[in-house]
Amino acid sequence: MSAAWAAVVLVGLGTALLKGAGPLFFGGRAPGERLNRFLEALAPALLAALVATSTGADGGRLALDARAAGVAAAALLLTLRAPAIAAIAAAAAVAALLRAAG
Amino acid sequence: MSDADPSDAVLSGARAAAPIALVVAVFGASFGVLAPAAGFSPAAALIMSATTFAGSAQFAAVSVLAEGGSLAAAVAAALLLNARYGPIGLSAAPALRGGPARRFFAAQLLVDESWAIAAGASGRIAPRRLLGAGGAIYLGWVAGTAAGLAAGAAVASPAALGLDAAFPALFLGLLAPRLRSPAGRRAAAAGAVIALALTPVAPPGVPIIAAALGAFTGAGRS
Repeated sequence: MSAAWAAVVLVGLGTALLKGAGPLFFGGRAPGERLNRFLEALAPALLAALVATSTGADGGRLALDARAAGVAAAALLLTLRAPAIAAIAAAAAVAALLRAAG
Repeated sequence: MSDADPSDAVLSGARAAAPIALVVAVFGASFGVLAPAAGFSPAAALIMSATTFAGSAQFAAVSVLAEGGSLAAAVAAALLLNARYGPIGLSAAPALRGGPARRFFAAQLLVDESWAIAAGASGRIAPRRLLGAGGAIYLGWVAGTAAGLAAGAAVASPAALGLDAAFPALFLGLLAPRLRSPAGRRAAAAGAVIALALTPVAPPGVPIIAAALGAFTGAGRS
C-alpha cells in the first residue's frame, strides 16, 4: 500500500473515531447541570479560538495580513446588524482587493 | 427553532449552510489540485474527501507527504488538527439520539461549520439542522474535490479570491449571538487568548483543543 493510501485509511479511521466517540459513548443522555454549563460554554470558547486562529495564524506563526482586514470589515457589518452572508462576502472581498493591490 | 416540522429544520440547516458550502467547494477544488502533486491517485484523493471530510487535516496530511515527511508524521499532523472533534463531538452528544451506530454516523457530519450552524444560541445541537448543514457542506467538499481533480491546476487560488477570510467571518457571525451572556463572553475571551498564546509554541491543532479549556470560565458561575 502506498503512503498516500495508508494516509487515507489511517486519517479517515482516526477522524471518524474522534468525531464519533462522544456521541457513541455519551449520546442521547441528559448531561448533569455542571457538565451542561461546560458544554454550553464550549461553543463560544471554540468559536472564538477558530476566529482567532483562522484570522491570525499562519502555519505555526502569528500573522497580521489581509485576512485580518477582511474580518474587521465583517465585524463592522455584524455590529451594524447586517446578515451573516453579507459579512462573509465583505470579508472575502476586502481580503481579495488588498491582495490584488499589494 | 421548532421541532414541529423536522423536514423544515433539515432545509433551514441546508439553506444556512449553502453559501459556506460554496466556499468549501472552492477549497475542496484546491485539495483536488494539490493531492495528486503529493502522490495521491484521484481515487485516493476523492475517497479521502468522502471519508475523512475534514479540510484542514486533509491539507495537512497531503502537505507533509508532499514535503517528504513520513507517513507517521502526516497522520499525526492530521489527527492533531482533528482532535478538536473530540470536544465538539462531546458537545453534540446529548442531542444525538438513536442507537450507537446511528449516533456514530450522525457525528460524521460534524465539521466546524456544520456544528456551528446546528448549535442554537443555547449551544445545543439541533440534529435535523446538523443533517441539513452537514449534508450541504459534505456535498460541496466532495464535489469540489472532484472538480479540482478534473480541472487540474486551472483552479484559481482560494487565497487570491479572499476566501480564507470567509471562514473567520463565518465563525465570527456564529459567535456574535453567544456574546450576549457574561458566561459566553468569558468563555470566548479565554478561548481566543489561549489559542493565540499557544499558536507560536504548539503544533497546529493543539491551540484549538486547548481553547476548549476556556469553557471552564463560562461553566464556573451561571
